[in-house]
Amino acid sequence: MNRALHIENLVKYFYEPEPFQVLKGLSFTINKGEFVSIVGKSGCGKSTLLYVLSTMDTDYEGQLEINGEVLTGKTKDELSYFRNEHIGFVFQFHYLLPEFSSLENVMLPALKLGKYSKEEVEHRAYEKLKLLGVEEQAKKLSSKLSGGQQQRVAIARALINDPTVIMGDEPTGNLDSKNAQNVFDILKDLARTYNQTIITVTHDLEFAANCDRIIEMSDGHIVRH
Amino acid sequence: MNFRLIFQVAKRHLLSRRKQTIVAALGVTFGIAMFIAMVSFMTGVDKMLEDTMMSASPHIHIYNDIETKTEQLVERKFNGENDVNKIYHPKPSLLKQGLKNGLQMVNYIRKDEAVWGVSPMVNSQVFFNFGPHDIHGNITGVDIMAEDLLFDISSKMLEGKIEDLLSSNNSILMGSGLARKMNLHKGDNITITTPAGVSKMVKVAGIFQMGMAQVDDTRSYASINLVQKILQKDKSYITDINIKLKVLEDAKQKALDYYKFFGYRADDWETTNATILVSIKLRGVITYTVSITLLIVAGFGIYNILNMTIYEKMRDIAILKATGFSGKDVMGIFMTQALSIGVVGGVVGLILGYVISFGISKVPFHAEGFLSIEFMPVNFAVKYYIIGMVFGLGTTAVAGFMPSRKAAGIDPVEIIRGK
Repeated sequence: MNRALHIENLVKYFYEPEPFQVLKGLSFTINKGEFVSIVGKSGCGKSTLLYVLSTMDTDYEGQLEINGEVLTGKTKDELSYFRNEHIGFVFQFHYLLPEFSSLENVMLPALKLGKYSKEEVEHRAYEKLKLLGVEEQAKKLSSKLSGGQQQRVAIARALINDPTVIMGDEPTGNLDSKNAQNVFDILKDLARTYNQTIITVTHDLEFAANCDRIIEMSDGHIVRH
Repeated sequence: MNFRLIFQVAKRHLLSRRKQTIVAALGVTFGIAMFIAMVSFMTGVDKMLEDTMMSASPHIHIYNDIETKTEQLVERKFNGENDVNKIYHPKPSLLKQGLKNGLQMVNYIRKDEAVWGVSPMVNSQVFFNFGPHDIHGNITGVDIMAEDLLFDISSKMLEGKIEDLLSSNNSILMGSGLARKMNLHKGDNITITTPAGVSKMVKVAGIFQMGMAQVDDTRSYASINLVQKILQKDKSYITDINIKLKVLEDAKQKALDYYKFFGYRADDWETTNATILVSIKLRGVITYTVSITLLIVAGFGIYNILNMTIYEKMRDIAILKATGFSGKDVMGIFMTQALSIGVVGGVVGLILGYVISFGISKVPFHAEGFLSIEFMPVNFAVKYYIIGMVFGLGTTAVAGFMPSRKAAGIDPVEIIRGK
């Protein structure tokens, strides 16, 4: 099966401050190895959609399926476990744990998964850091790194469990253009070389234009995909 | 759940905020240390008071209580519908004082398996003629060796020996308070007068100190013979029987048995010393109230610091959850922090508590009337260390639970999207 992610008739409301329908019955499929950008104006619901896809937001109607598994209706603990194994995250602000070194930050999700021994996890984490060119920073506390380095460590962390999908919420939004280009190239390369499925939300149109596929949203609807 | 991983994250959190962690742990430390010190000292004092009390009080005391029968003979005879009896303020008749067949009772009791020692005695109030004054006191005629077995009088002698009482028929042992009042020493003579008016010159053969003012200020010991003689009673006359049992706890039941069997009043030690026991009990309540308050205050400290940590660590919690840590894991991380603070603070508190208790036990303490005490009394029972640790961990667990549950319930989307 080549299907990485599929949604069917996704509907979501916000109740505060007033009842408001953010997502108005969305359906699409994303295949393995696709590098997808979700774009649209502020408030069109693209970030909301991403967090529903991420399984962290469970307050929706419709159906979500990742890697052939229906996730709608699962408990929070089951979803945590699923996220750990199948989804990698890259956020706009790097969100590394400041008390831990880069290497430890990358290792944490794998240690949580418990699939490999600690030595193997360390080795794999080191490999991922190398892949992203930040192996020099492995032993440094993550709070001591520059923004671009932090974002690369964050991508390494997202990759550590070989997830089905990597999701990015404005992954380059907080970086200068050079670093942004760098991070984009890395993501593109992951999709090309390792057949990694990537879904990002962005309002950087140049970024989006270079992706495999653009899903454009407007006012809770998909207008192009 | 991966406990090693959770422990590792918790440890990193604690170590990265060393100062706050230490402050929180110190709260527990002081709470537990003060608990240990207070309980040890208080129960030490209680134990000392109880020992003093028990050393001067028999487990069971049998005596003939003067009481007025509420049922009158006339009422037994004339109790029909047409009878009206009216007796105003009946008073006791002059019954034979003392225990009837007292010595047989003593023999009977002595054969009882549960009894450790029996001491029969003849008690009387007397006046000690001290110059122009008459000093009020008691004279207790005893078999001094039996009495010594019960109350270890030989160790409480300030002057003279108990054996001196045996060598002469006219000697007495006197309580220290009484002796001081009358400026008496071993070898001095004193005249005693019974309520019936019989006077006798006796010799002070020794002075004892029981450690309880009400005894030392009034009591003197003599042979049973001497007291029977001054009371002008026969050789079988005894007024009280003191009993010590092998098992202290049997006293209540045994006293009841003796009362039913002999028909004389039999008080167990708890009845006799009710006031002291009540004060010990009340002190216990105060000790525990104060100590538990201390621990609760320490608990609030932990609650506060964990709450602050969780506010500071909102983003980290969101990240942990986004990368696959469940609510339970997050809860585990913060509970581990709370319990680590509790365990470390608690163990240090136990040690500090021991050190303080040890210090107190080395403070010299000389109290009038307490012969055997040189230092402050402290009770080093392991029980209190266990209670302290259990309470310490209990309060930290409760204090940690609420913030931890809050952390577990954090919605990562809200934090990450910055709402």
